[in-house]
Amino acid sequence: MRRLLPPLVGLLFLLTWELVVRLRDVPVFVLPPPSAVATALWNDAPLLLQSSWITLIITVQAFLLALITGVGLAVLFKQSRALEAALYPYAVILQVTPIVAIAPLVVIWVGYERVNLALLILAWIVAFFPVLSNSTAGLSAVDPNLRDLFRLYGASRWQVLWRLALPSALPYILAGARISGGLALIGAVVAEFVAGSGTATGLAWRVIEAGNRLNMPRLFAALTLLSVLGILIFAVLTGIQRRLLRHWHPGGAG
Amino acid sequence: MAKQRDAGVSGDLLRLRGLGLTYANGTRALDNVDLAVGEGEFLSLLGPSGCGKSTILRLVAGLLAPTTGGVERVRPITRGDTGFVFQEPTLMPWARIIDNVRLPLDLAGVPRAEAQERAEDGLARVGLGDFLRAFPAELSGGMKMRAALARALVTAPRLLLLDEPFAALDEITRLKLNDDLLALWERERFTAIFVTHSVFESVYLSGRIAIMGPRPGRVVEQVTVELPWPRDLSVRTGTAYGALCRDVSDRLHRAMGALI
Repeated sequence: MRRLLPPLVGLLFLLTWELVVRLRDVPVFVLPPPSAVATALWNDAPLLLQSSWITLIITVQAFLLALITGVGLAVLFKQSRALEAALYPYAVILQVTPIVAIAPLVVIWVGYERVNLALLILAWIVAFFPVLSNSTAGLSAVDPNLRDLFRLYGASRWQVLWRLALPSALPYILAGARISGGLALIGAVVAEFVAGSGTATGLAWRVIEAGNRLNMPRLFAALTLLSVLGILIFAVLTGIQRRLLRHWHPGGAG
Repeated sequence: MAKQRDAGVSGDLLRLRGLGLTYANGTRALDNVDLAVGEGEFLSLLGPSGCGKSTILRLVAGLLAPTTGGVERVRPITRGDTGFVFQEPTLMPWARIIDNVRLPLDLAGVPRAEAQERAEDGLARVGLGDFLRAFPAELSGGMKMRAALARALVTAPRLLLLDEPFAALDEITRLKLNDDLLALWERERFTAIFVTHSVFESVYLSGRIAIMGPRPGRVVEQVTVELPWPRDLSVRTGTAYGALCRDVSDRLHRAMGALI
C-alpha cells in the first residue's frame, strides 16, 4: 500500500490540474493541461529525445570526469599535506563562484563552435567538488586499529592506499557521487541556458526555445524529460551504492 | 610442560627496560616499566583502565615509540613475527573472512595459492572452516573475534599481543574463547602477552601475571600462577583457582590503593 501512495498522489495531482485548466479555461500559453503536454511529448518525441540524449551524454561525461578528478585529487592530497594546503582553497573558490557567472567566460574561451565542450567543463566544475570533499573526508576515515595493523605487517604506501584507504573511503565517495550526479545535470542545464545560442541543442535549449515561442506544451514536455533524467541518474547511482555496500552492514542496505 | 614455559627456562623473548612514555601534552602514560617476557610464556598484564596496559602492547609492537627506555628483543623479530588482536575484531567490512585472514600474508607478498591455503587452515583451526566466504557483518561478535585470532596467527608469529580481546563479548562466549586461545597456545607455542582487567581471566589463562598500578602506569607486582596445564573446567572449579583469584584480587587492590 505504501508503495502505491506516491503514484496515487501524482495521478490525483495530474487529474486536478487537467480539471482546473479545463473548467477555468486557462490559456494554454499560461498553463497547458497534462493532456497537451503528453501530446507534445508524443509529437515532438524525435526532437526531444535527441536533445535528451545530448544532455544525458554531457551530464554523464561531466559526472565521470568529476568522479575521476575528484577521487584522484583527494588521493594526491592524502599523499601530500602541502599539496592539499596549496590547492584546496582554489577548489573551494571554484565551488563557491556561481556557475552562471563563469559560464559566458568559459563559452567564449572554448568557442561557440565547441559549445558542448564548454557545457562539459561547466557541468564538471559544478559536479566536481562534492566528490573531492567527500573523498578527502573518506580517505581520512580509516579505522585507526586497521591502520596500525597495516603498519605492523609492514604494508607499503601503495598497499595502504589500495587495500585500506580507498575501500574505507568507498561509502563517502559513493555518497559524494550521488550528490555529484544530480549536480552534473543541473550544471549541464544551467550552462546551456547561459550559452544558449542555438548551437547547443540539449534539453535546456528546447526549454528556452519553446518559451520564446510560447509553445508551453513542449516546454513542459522538455521539463518532464529533465525530471526523468534526474530521477534516472539518482536511481542508478543509488542502485550502485546499494550494490557495492551491501556487505558492509548486517541488513545489507547501504 | 608447564616448566618449559616458565620465564628463564627457554630464555627471554624480550625485555622491557625502564620503559616510559610521556605524551606531548605532558600526560605520563607509563613510567619506568621493567619486565622480562620469556619465550613461549603466557603473560597477562592486569590493571585498571587507563593504567597503560594497552600502551605497553603498542610499544612492544613498535606502533608507538617510548620516551625513555626501550624494548629489547633478545632475538631479532621480523615482519610477521608479531600478531596483534585488538579489543574490537577490526576486520575489513568490505572483505570476506578468508580475505581478511589472508591479509598479513598478502601484504608480505606470499604467493597467492600458499597464502590461501594457510588462511584456510587458520580459519579451520578457530572453527570457522565453514565461513570462509562470509562477510564480517554476517558473523556474531564471537565469530568475528575468532577470525581476528586466525588473522593474527596466520603468519605463525612468535609473539602474540592481545589487547583485552574478549572484553566486549558475553560471558559464555568469552569462556569458550579463553579455552580456544589456550588450546591454540598449547599447540603453536607462541609467546602471549594478554592485556585484561579481569582477575579471573588473567589467572585462568596465564603462567604469570604482571599487576599494574594506575597512571603513570608501572608494574607493581608479578605473580606466578601455579596451576596445572592444560587448563579446563576442573581448574576453573578447583579450590586452588579460587584462592589464587582472591590473592591476585587483593594484590590488585593494594596496587591501586598504593598509588591513588
